[in-house]
Amino acid sequence: MKYKIKRILAYTIRNLYLYKRSLPRLMEVFYWPVLDLVVWGFVSVYLSRQEGLPDFVTFFIGALILWDILFRSQQGISVSFLEDVWSRNLLNIFVSPLSPSEYVASLLLISIIKLILTSTVMAALAWVFYSFNILTFGFTLIPLILNLIIMGWAVGIVTTALIMRFGQEAEVLAWGIALLFQPVSAVFYPVAVLPRSLQTVALFIPSAHVFEGMRLVITTGAFPAEELIWAGFLNIAYIVVSILFFSWNFSVVKNKGLLAKVGE
Amino acid sequence: MNKIVEVKDLTKVFNGYRAVDSISFDLFEGEILGLIGPNGAGKTTTLQMLLDLTTPTSGEIKIFGLELKANRGEILQRVNFSSSYISLPLSLTVEENLTVFARLYNVSKPKGRIEELLKVFEIYNIKDTPTRRLSSGQITRVCLCKALLNNPSILFLDEPTASLDPDIADKTRTLLKKIKDENGISMLYTSHNMKEMEEMSDRVIIINKGKIIAEGKPDALIAQYKGESLEDVFLKIARQ
Ligand SMILES: Nc1ncnc2c1ncn2[C@@H]1O[C@H](COP(=O)(O)OP(=O)(O)O)[C@@H](O)[C@H]1O
Ligand SMILES: [Mg+2]
Repeated sequence: MKYKIKRILAYTIRNLYLYKRSLPRLMEVFYWPVLDLVVWGFVSVYLSRQEGLPDFVTFFIGALILWDILFRSQQGISVSFLEDVWSRNLLNIFVSPLSPSEYVASLLLISIIKLILTSTVMAALAWVFYSFNILTFGFTLIPLILNLIIMGWAVGIVTTALIMRFGQEAEVLAWGIALLFQPVSAVFYPVAVLPRSLQTVALFIPSAHVFEGMRLVITTGAFPAEELIWAGFLNIAYIVVSILFFSWNFSVVKNKGLLAKVGE
Repeated sequence: MNKIVEVKDLTKVFNGYRAVDSISFDLFEGEILGLIGPNGAGKTTTLQMLLDLTTPTSGEIKIFGLELKANRGEILQRVNFSSSYISLPLSLTVEENLTVFARLYNVSKPKGRIEELLKVFEIYNIKDTPTRRLSSGQITRVCLCKALLNNPSILFLDEPTASLDPDIADKTRTLLKKIKDENGISMLYTSHNMKEMEEMSDRVIIINKGKIIAEGKPDALIAQYKGESLEDVFLKIARQ
């Protein structure tokens, strides 16, 4: 057990070295989120003045920051995996005593570290620019964020599995897959504006419940218990399915002899 | 001598193609066993099955007397691997990269071990250089340092000198031999360069189209087939 943790940390440290050494990677953690926040933040300020929508800025900026948590959580996993693919390091990792489950565990850890960095910066800027205090969500913030992180993990694990299996063609998923969930996550608008069929889809998307819950807190201040229970149970299903998918896929990849060929 | 790797009827079928076809062999303690054969013979596939990177279609692999699948973690802790087709994260320095692997293998006193290996490979001067700025010869040597960090009992090498110029390749081979003699490491070494293997190996296995076609000490094989070199031997057998 002690060695297990040591190995997981060793690999996590590898990824921290990467960020220390590389400006483009650091930019990826800060640049896009900050730009998003600046542009969309001012758009929302403008619209709230024009339309006189109460709470509009809070809705919008809260949604931006929370969406970014989901996105970073997924990306933290897939992109860290891609780092190994690009640097032809994957075989070094998989011939080491680090087991596949330890590997996934350290990917999860890295994603947490990255998203803590990003969201702290975003939350601080939102406070400075738009006097938006994310802490106004109070205690509810914790389950909201946890649900987004776990959903991001599930999606990230599946993405990683797909890249292992299908190689370069699937790499684009690392950046694109979260966007696929955005429309049905009802990030910037209530689920009610979606067409019926998509509302049904949204029912099974944990993040849709998270964002409904977020808006409920903002408008009524009530604890969105029902939404959070939905999100929680869906997420348990998501994470279990993603891990089963990953381990099934891993054995397929080993059967097909693809581990040495990822990225070729 | 003790058998340290035992392979029995190992087979790998890719979409109906028998890339490795029922091969059996042993690796003995302290020997360099060369796995030679032309491109596509099945060398890499064999090595990857021995490292549990590829799952065999059938057959048995025992390392240190232990069945590979069931004892993966324990076995991997005591072996290592390098090849010309792997590399290391480019933005990290040599020392950072090696530190990460020292920790993965739970090496005690990693700093000292890393410095010692860098000196053996005469690359101590690039300790703090980002891997990006190294030549392919230097990267190969850093990867070999990585492969020796955990003091492995067995080193699996897949065409380790393929991307090196002849001079560095020769130096690397000399060094590997020295390391083997000093530490008694067993090596399973693949190459399509038969000349290289004649020089390096205590014993060779020649494979072609997934099958073992000859096996023995290089001199003995050359004598047996009345050839000039292993290359000769290979051509004679392959054209029979
Ligand atoms: N993952 C794979 N999927 C399908 N065929 C493969 C795979 N890996 C290797 N092969 C095929 O198996 C044969 C042996 O390949 P390999 O073991 O790489 O040979 P060598 O290392 O001796 O050059 C080749 O014909 C190769 O095309
Ligand atoms: Mg090969």
